[in-house]
Amino acid sequence: MNAVETERREHYLNVNYGLKSWLLTTDHKRIAWLYLVSVTFFFFIGGLFATLIRLELLTPQGDLVQAETYNKFFTMHGVTMIFFFLIPSIPAVLGNFLIPMMIGARDLAFPRLNLASWYIYILGGLFTLTAAAAGGVDTGWTFYTPYSSIYSNTNVALTVIGIFITGFSSILTGLNFVVTIHKMRAPGMTWFRLPLFVWSHYATSIIFVLGTPVLAISLALVAIERLFDLGIFDPTRGGDPLLFQHLFWFYSHPAVYIMILPGMGVISELIPCFSRKRVFGYEFVAFSSLAIAVLGFLVWGHHMFVSGQSVYAGMVFSLLSFLVAIPSAIKVFNWTATLYKGSISYDAPMLYALGFIGLFTIGGLTGLFVATLGVNIHVHDTYFVIAHFHYIMVGSAVMAYMGGIHFWWPKMTGRMYPEGWARLAALIIFIGFNLTFFPQFVLGYLGMPRRYHVYPPEFQVLNVMSSAGASILAVGYVLPLVYMIWSLRYGAVAGKNPWRARGLEWETLSPPPTDNFEVTPLVTAEAYAYDVAEPEALYSGRPAHV
Amino acid sequence: MSLGFSLFPEQASTMAGRVDALFFFLIGVAVFFVSLIFFLVVFFAVKYRRRSEDERPMPITGNLALEIFWIVVPLGLTMVMFIWGALLFFDTYHPPKNAVEINVVAKQWMWKAQHPQGQREINELHVPVGQAIKLMLTSEDVIHDFFVPAFRIKKDVLPGRYTTMWFQATKPGAYHLFCAQYCGTQHSGRIGRSVVMEPADYVRWLGGGATGVSMTEAGEKLFQRLGCSTCHRPDGTGQGPSLVGLFGKPVELQGGKTVTADENYIRESILDPRAKITARYQPVMPIFKGLVSEEGILQLIAYIKSLERQERERTQR
Repeated sequence: MNAVETERREHYLNVNYGLKSWLLTTDHKRIAWLYLVSVTFFFFIGGLFATLIRLELLTPQGDLVQAETYNKFFTMHGVTMIFFFLIPSIPAVLGNFLIPMMIGARDLAFPRLNLASWYIYILGGLFTLTAAAAGGVDTGWTFYTPYSSIYSNTNVALTVIGIFITGFSSILTGLNFVVTIHKMRAPGMTWFRLPLFVWSHYATSIIFVLGTPVLAISLALVAIERLFDLGIFDPTRGGDPLLFQHLFWFYSHPAVYIMILPGMGVISELIPCFSRKRVFGYEFVAFSSLAIAVLGFLVWGHHMFVSGQSVYAGMVFSLLSFLVAIPSAIKVFNWTATLYKGSISYDAPMLYALGFIGLFTIGGLTGLFVATLGVNIHVHDTYFVIAHFHYIMVGSAVMAYMGGIHFWWPKMTGRMYPEGWARLAALIIFIGFNLTFFPQFVLGYLGMPRRYHVYPPEFQVLNVMSSAGASILAVGYVLPLVYMIWSLRYGAVAGKNPWRARGLEWETLSPPPTDNFEVTPLVTAEAYAYDVAEPEALYSGRPAHV
Repeated sequence: MSLGFSLFPEQASTMAGRVDALFFFLIGVAVFFVSLIFFLVVFFAVKYRRRSEDERPMPITGNLALEIFWIVVPLGLTMVMFIWGALLFFDTYHPPKNAVEINVVAKQWMWKAQHPQGQREINELHVPVGQAIKLMLTSEDVIHDFFVPAFRIKKDVLPGRYTTMWFQATKPGAYHLFCAQYCGTQHSGRIGRSVVMEPADYVRWLGGGATGVSMTEAGEKLFQRLGCSTCHRPDGTGQGPSLVGLFGKPVELQGGKTVTADENYIRESILDPRAKITARYQPVMPIFKGLVSEEGILQLIAYIKSLERQERERTQR
């Protein structure tokens, strides 16, 4: 099919035009685009604050901006990146676009709720951006009380209200996914034929629905203590400042899994496709997602080892934190084993996936360091922790997001991205990322605390290395923005399945029609049937010829 | 070889070597697994690279024995980490009996330390080498965190309650004292020092510029001035219970519960006496909230702790 024919055929992008057709759409694929544009915007806002942080830390004196300004920079960096980029990124963009197609449905179960969740997200974002523009907020993204509820004189209430509102968007998206996955699978699409991407989003959705209300409660209590002067966390009025930490981390630790589980789902699609091989140990990979979602709710106290909680509480949380590491290890071993005797190509999405395995391994193993009580008392609240969670959230989650965007770009747009540039960008990101964050492990063990505007001069060399790496990383992130936009017009026409991948989303046209499939598919084979020559046969009810 | 900067922090406490040993064990495990995964990924990616567009590898669905193997081995390793780390952590919670107590009050943005002999200092902590030191920490405002990397320990410092930590310095010198819990604008603007001295130098330092009033004496004065001594008589004939020998003992409360009279209990009973009422006494004690500073409360506690010893010395005479 050539370019002219693609343009002429009716699909979800050209079925109607104009701003209204986008802002009032209930098509999950168009809503995915609304999210894609919004999370990209927030990503670069968060990146801007990261750039300012790294510039400030080039010198130990704290001479670029005032301490108060610096504190606002790292707070806004954390708030935008976590609540407005990482949490919605893969689920709301790729999950939204792909889940209905992967299970053979026409849309999500509640299309209007899906659109509403985007509006709620934008409303929350506007509150938070307003707070930033009106002078910012300086509490750190963790909003620890009583600093946030009593002592800070910045726009705390406006910011937490923004996050509170955005939380409802997560809850609705999670609810929508759970119902869709339960009720709208095509005939023959049994639970154990689901792509692992769907499994990991199912696990993520459970956390969305169960965890986010607790975040909303804890932030609402901060706002109430600030605005109405009620003693909830303030010890001078009988409140308990540690109560906030318990509530906050009860959500915010599972939120780490909200950020990484969907990424694991993406990697579980990329590796089989570019190895042309069924994923090794499908059930183990699928159930490890659920195990992470469940155990993830029981480890919040590992953020509080030095907070003054009892020594026995510390031990229980440490033990559980080690247990939650096991399902992640299972996934890494199974992905690696999938490569064995595969047919491996080095397309850009695969480069991201291989990079993910490496960085996630480092991030996961350093997680064991911080879970170990005796070592935690030294590295807690230092750059060691910063490095560890950036290996998970950026090195892993963002790598997976980038890999996923590249992989499904031909499906979303009908166009290929430029492969050479994409491989170059993947390489730059991998190198830049390690240069930025590896020195921070050393800095942290040396004892540099986080959220430091001024630091002792002996830490400067490592900080300069980190800032230099960050400039490389920035190039790696800007490049795809440029060539992806370029490819919308000039990219090669993709065809329906450029990767010769398995999965229902590749059986429909690129870009797909509004209803995704012309006839409801009938699934007759396991996921990742890469050993089957004619994928069409897998979904049409006709027997497959092997 | 000198890099012009250090890659590893100084070891200056009895805990430092133990934390580092565990850290090196973890590094060993991490390096092994990272190398293994990196090697396998690169090796497979090269060895099994796609040689023709129509390759269709044989499917391998999984291997139960292998799955069990790579669940059990990491589980075993993490349990070693857990037990080793927990034992170390347990020790950091339990100071030796002979530890000398120093009180530290944090506020935005300074550390105020008070030695038992009465010497006070700001943003510095002088300690003798070879002596276990127990810190009683509290905050006047937000949460802070007392962190000396060379000692490998840290502890949050909370408003409205006491947290404790202990260490024993092993090497004279001056070490960074950081606040590790974000506490507002000047969070990083008050990098302090912990100065470890030879015991003789420490004694000399204590004498220099000292007020001559020890914690206990200051507490006793406050005890008189606030009128506590009117009701809390040592012989138990006052309206309130005798405080002699109170510290560390169980106290029976109205309603039959008992609590241990630790620092947090005494603090609460001074600031909000009605929270926990001792059995067989009337709730007549006035509320001292706002009338006594955090440092004053610590002096009162030091005095109450000393009562048993003083009483014993008096009766022996």
